[in-house]
Amino acid sequence: MPSPKRIGQIGFGLLSPKEIREMSVRKIIWADTYDDDGFPYPQGLMDLNLGVIDPGLRCKTCDQKASECPGHFGHIELAKPVINVGYTRLIRKLLRVTCRSCGRVLLSPEEIEKVVGTEEDQTGDLLSEKDVKKERICPHCGEQQLKINFEKPTTFSEVVVEDGKKVEHKLTPADIRSRMEKIPNEDLIPLGINPDVARPEWTILTVLPVPPVTMRPSIILENGQRSEDDLTHKLVDIIRINQRFKENQDAGAPQLIIEDLWELLQYHVTTYMDNEVAGCPPARHRSGRPLKTLSQRLKGKDGRFRGSLSGKRVNFSSRTVISPDPNLSVAQVGVPRAVANEMTIPVRVTTANLEELKGIARIGPNRPDVNAPCGANYAIRPDNRRLRLAEGNLETVADMIEPGWTVERQLRDGDVVLFNRQPSLHRMSIMAHRVKVMEGRTFRLNPAVCPPYNADFDGDEMNMHVPQTEEARAEATILISVQENILSPRFGGPIIGGIHDHVSGMFMLTHDVRWFTKEDALYLLKHTDIERLPPPGKVEDGIDYWSNKQVFSQILPAQLTTVFHASSCQNCDTCKKELCDRDAYVRIIDGNLEMGTIDKKAIGAFDGQIVNRIIRHYGMRRAAEFIDDMTKLSIRGIMLDGFSFGIDDEDLSKTEYGQIDEVLKNAALDVERRIKIYEDGQLEPMPGRTVEETLEMQIMQVLGKARDLTGQIAGRHLGLGNSAVLMAVSGARGSMLNLTQMAGCIGQQSVRGERIIRGYDDRTLPHFKKGDRGSDAHGFIQHSYKGGLNPTEFFFHAIGGREGLVDTAVRTSQSGYLQRRMINALQDLKVAYDGTVRSTGGKIIQFEYGEDGTDPTKSAFGDPVDVKGIVESILKEEV
Amino acid sequence: MPLAEKYEKKVEAADLPQKTKDQLRKFLDEKELTDAQFKQILERVIAEYASTRIEACEAVGIIAAQSIGEPGTQMTMRTFHYAGVAEINVTLGLPRLIEIMDARKEPSTPTMTVYLESDYGVDRDRAREVSWQIEAAPLHEFGDITTDMENMQVQVHLNVKVCEKRKIATMEIMENAPKKIKDKRHYRDFESDIDEPRATLIFTPKDKESYQNLFQLAEHVRNVIVQGIDDIIRVVVRKEGGEYILYTEGSNLRDVFDVAGVDTTRTRTNNISEIASVLGIEAARNAIIHEAVSTLNEQGILVDVRHLMLVSDMMCMEGEVKQIGRHGIAGEKESVLSRAAFEVTVNHLLDAAVANEVDELSGVTENVIVGQPIQLGTGDVKLIAVRQQNN
Repeated sequence: MPSPKRIGQIGFGLLSPKEIREMSVRKIIWADTYDDDGFPYPQGLMDLNLGVIDPGLRCKTCDQKASECPGHFGHIELAKPVINVGYTRLIRKLLRVTCRSCGRVLLSPEEIEKVVGTEEDQTGDLLSEKDVKKERICPHCGEQQLKINFEKPTTFSEVVVEDGKKVEHKLTPADIRSRMEKIPNEDLIPLGINPDVARPEWTILTVLPVPPVTMRPSIILENGQRSEDDLTHKLVDIIRINQRFKENQDAGAPQLIIEDLWELLQYHVTTYMDNEVAGCPPARHRSGRPLKTLSQRLKGKDGRFRGSLSGKRVNFSSRTVISPDPNLSVAQVGVPRAVANEMTIPVRVTTANLEELKGIARIGPNRPDVNAPCGANYAIRPDNRRLRLAEGNLETVADMIEPGWTVERQLRDGDVVLFNRQPSLHRMSIMAHRVKVMEGRTFRLNPAVCPPYNADFDGDEMNMHVPQTEEARAEATILISVQENILSPRFGGPIIGGIHDHVSGMFMLTHDVRWFTKEDALYLLKHTDIERLPPPGKVEDGIDYWSNKQVFSQILPAQLTTVFHASSCQNCDTCKKELCDRDAYVRIIDGNLEMGTIDKKAIGAFDGQIVNRIIRHYGMRRAAEFIDDMTKLSIRGIMLDGFSFGIDDEDLSKTEYGQIDEVLKNAALDVERRIKIYEDGQLEPMPGRTVEETLEMQIMQVLGKARDLTGQIAGRHLGLGNSAVLMAVSGARGSMLNLTQMAGCIGQQSVRGERIIRGYDDRTLPHFKKGDRGSDAHGFIQHSYKGGLNPTEFFFHAIGGREGLVDTAVRTSQSGYLQRRMINALQDLKVAYDGTVRSTGGKIIQFEYGEDGTDPTKSAFGDPVDVKGIVESILKEEV
Repeated sequence: MPLAEKYEKKVEAADLPQKTKDQLRKFLDEKELTDAQFKQILERVIAEYASTRIEACEAVGIIAAQSIGEPGTQMTMRTFHYAGVAEINVTLGLPRLIEIMDARKEPSTPTMTVYLESDYGVDRDRAREVSWQIEAAPLHEFGDITTDMENMQVQVHLNVKVCEKRKIATMEIMENAPKKIKDKRHYRDFESDIDEPRATLIFTPKDKESYQNLFQLAEHVRNVIVQGIDDIIRVVVRKEGGEYILYTEGSNLRDVFDVAGVDTTRTRTNNISEIASVLGIEAARNAIIHEAVSTLNEQGILVDVRHLMLVSDMMCMEGEVKQIGRHGIAGEKESVLSRAAFEVTVNHLLDAAVANEVDELSGVTENVIVGQPIQLGTGDVKLIAVRQQNN
């Protein structure tokens, strides 16, 4: 590889007519592209001097083949000058601030100094149109100035007063160009124009550069017809009009015709530059589609800048559906054999690995099964010729391999790859995993790494990239591996941790006290790296028993000490601690779970107290091991009892249904009573609210309470034995509200935080009386999902549901844009070696990052030091 | 029992931030510990503090942007929510966050939290008095307004009791009302008379022929604000933490500061540009942080303050509050390519050509565009291996 050159800087400027002619390799005069034999016309738009796109032909300018020739510019001599649409605003400004006779800026040097500042102090602004009064007299030559009118897109005119009437006198581009020429260089600097690279007259085109064919290649359709690029079409139009213009000019055509042609030429050049100019009908393709001209190529999401230059495409990547596998480590990714056979890593052959790589080359491109050693797809000779390995040539190529060659080896277990899921909203959306080649057609990953990717398995696809260089692999393992990214830089807590079944499994395993026989205990722990069981917790009838807490303690680091409240904690006013009847007081001393239930707070993603503590005291690697053990243990824990949730888990008994009916009936009566009070005009409005608003608020409150009450009734009946309750309490999934809606009552449907009001005149649906303010008529659903909804309720539910969908759709686009703006505003900031935060150019944004120089990733939920954790671990007691 | 003196001295002497020292004192308070344990704890704390320092070359800007942007998808869109006070609507969630980052001149729901000085704060009646000084009260709340079509007059009979209750002199109302109609409502086609003994104010339109004018005048008379601050539509008095606090709908920091009894050190508004103009840029910077933190926390989203500090510092760096986006920071970057890659691509390129701008290729986007390593993180570090001379 040649040593990469570094581009130091890029300067911008205008092309002068002289430069355009100098860089041009050919003057283009023919509007046609190819002759009947399919050969390009000389001096036509596809002239062979402009570069070649057809394979086999050679460029007449550089004598290279289509793949090597970069293309060369040509030029068109315009019959008369035309305006470059991009610069109409600049032209208007210049016409208004300069003298129409002498070309000087219409301000005296003193006046300029006032705006721009003196030569030493250049802190002032640039001159703008506002600094020059309209129609003043030139301070240099005394010429009376005229008002300049500008009409979109490219018409300029002077307003002349004749016989007391205002008459618009049109300025041709040639007139404007001659005025621009008169502006002296030194007057341009205060206007923000650098005359060395951009004389104002160059904004009026006299000669038009013709881009090389390589940037407007024609494509050959299936029927053998050539289809030209939009730019070529536009250039054809320009040349055609230009030729006609020239002929008419030479023939001495009347002024009117000349003007028409001039305007037509201007139109074509305008749309060639930008086909979306205001006040100018877009040029269209024969099919009616607007042409994609120069400016459209650059603009927008799929334009050159955002689409092609900021977004690069890569090789060595693959994409497929993901599925879960709790037996994998979080740091691994299961890669299908088909993918592993296709993706390669280049390995340079040395004397040390010669035999190994020869062996790999002999296996060839088809690996028979996942446990077989990897093969290779290509061997690259020292002269960079690639040899494809295939069934027939394996032996011959393998024998040729010697130091200096490179073998493109297939993926094998343990290789580092980058794994990514879009949208990549934060840096944990791309992490480095270790490959584990597997059968099947999907990428497999441990469900514990779902939270950072925000992945689920309902058909999500993910991408895998294979780093090709040693540096890339080093950065992948050291900086972006999963272990290094357990802590989120957003809040300084673990973002990888147990989800769903991990949490319910751990909860079921560790809740209260259970005793396991040796068989069960070993079953639970068999996938972990435990070497021996501790002494049994109790012996009964000569049989050894281990408690559930003992089993869990096996996966904890030996000295871990931490005390906290589980997420099933109810936040009682005074904590009963050891006597907690929900077993929510978790105490781990010296690596032993003494009491408490392990649930979301302990091992979950985003909370993960235990994970957090392990990272801080034992490091990332130990934490990753713990998560691996934890996921395996929890899955076995849940499988020990089995866990399911079905429709009959929402069943309540007759008493509960009676109570729920009672509650709902009372609520409906209460609502009616309040409506009565309102209708009698007795309702006292809340301060600053109208009576109607007050009534609505009261009704919402009453109905909300009623729904919560039904939930409590249902919750009382369904204890921890119910799967939904267990999931809600442990924090695995869902909430008591979900259960309320399934078993109790769905409650009020709302649109924009209010009851449903819209519909027909004075009523929401024709099922109700006009003016009915009752609960049923405005979207209160008193049935449960299990019980089933009646038609009006179903309709209201759909109304409420629609709002949620619209909300999500709007939110994703809005927050995406917010993030793009923020990234763009902040992307260049970095911490300098002196601890300050600086932008490009060395501007100091903060003298010390975050006022204390603490890295949020390494912080303990924002605190520079996790004092509590340190004190706990040393004193071995709760603090 | 505070921390034993021998330990206290060591804690104080340690090179640790105040917060960590306070935490140490808090957690070690009333603990029995041996010297060895204390030594161990202090050593571990100091070691951990050293390990949590930010590293040079870290791309803190991108991390901050991601940390704020990523949870955006989880936030609710619902514009209106009730924040503590049921009576006052406040924009929350994603729309509010966007509003803060946009540095809007006026938030969609301006509101103030007015704290009172200690002697006003404890007394409900005195708090109410302050609220009357603030809440914009239209004339019709102070008396009966009758439109006399026979004499082409609008008569205002002030209710003396109400005026007394609201601590405003009838004369003050009568003098102010016509003036305010002229100044604030820009309606001048009338004359007014004051009938002091009967506490009555009489308005007559200049054009005595038109009923339309009379009704128009009546409408202006009804709604002219005679007490309080015009922008503040509503005030709610609430007791919180043992003192009375005023929540307002509408915001006018400058005028509220002039009201007697207002604690100007704690009173705040959610209108950031107002804070910038009244209290200065540093206050605005803190306000942005405070508003963003409370918006995120209200949604239950945990984001480290340091990220918000960085965003806020970036917005306020130039001495005025600048928006995150085309018309602010992103649009004023030095690099042409970076600006062109963000928005309004073509215009930036055309302008750059005329001004002969030069792109130094020091930022991220520029280097991605030309295909070189970016100058952040590992891309910013250059190692030169010095080959050992063979002796």
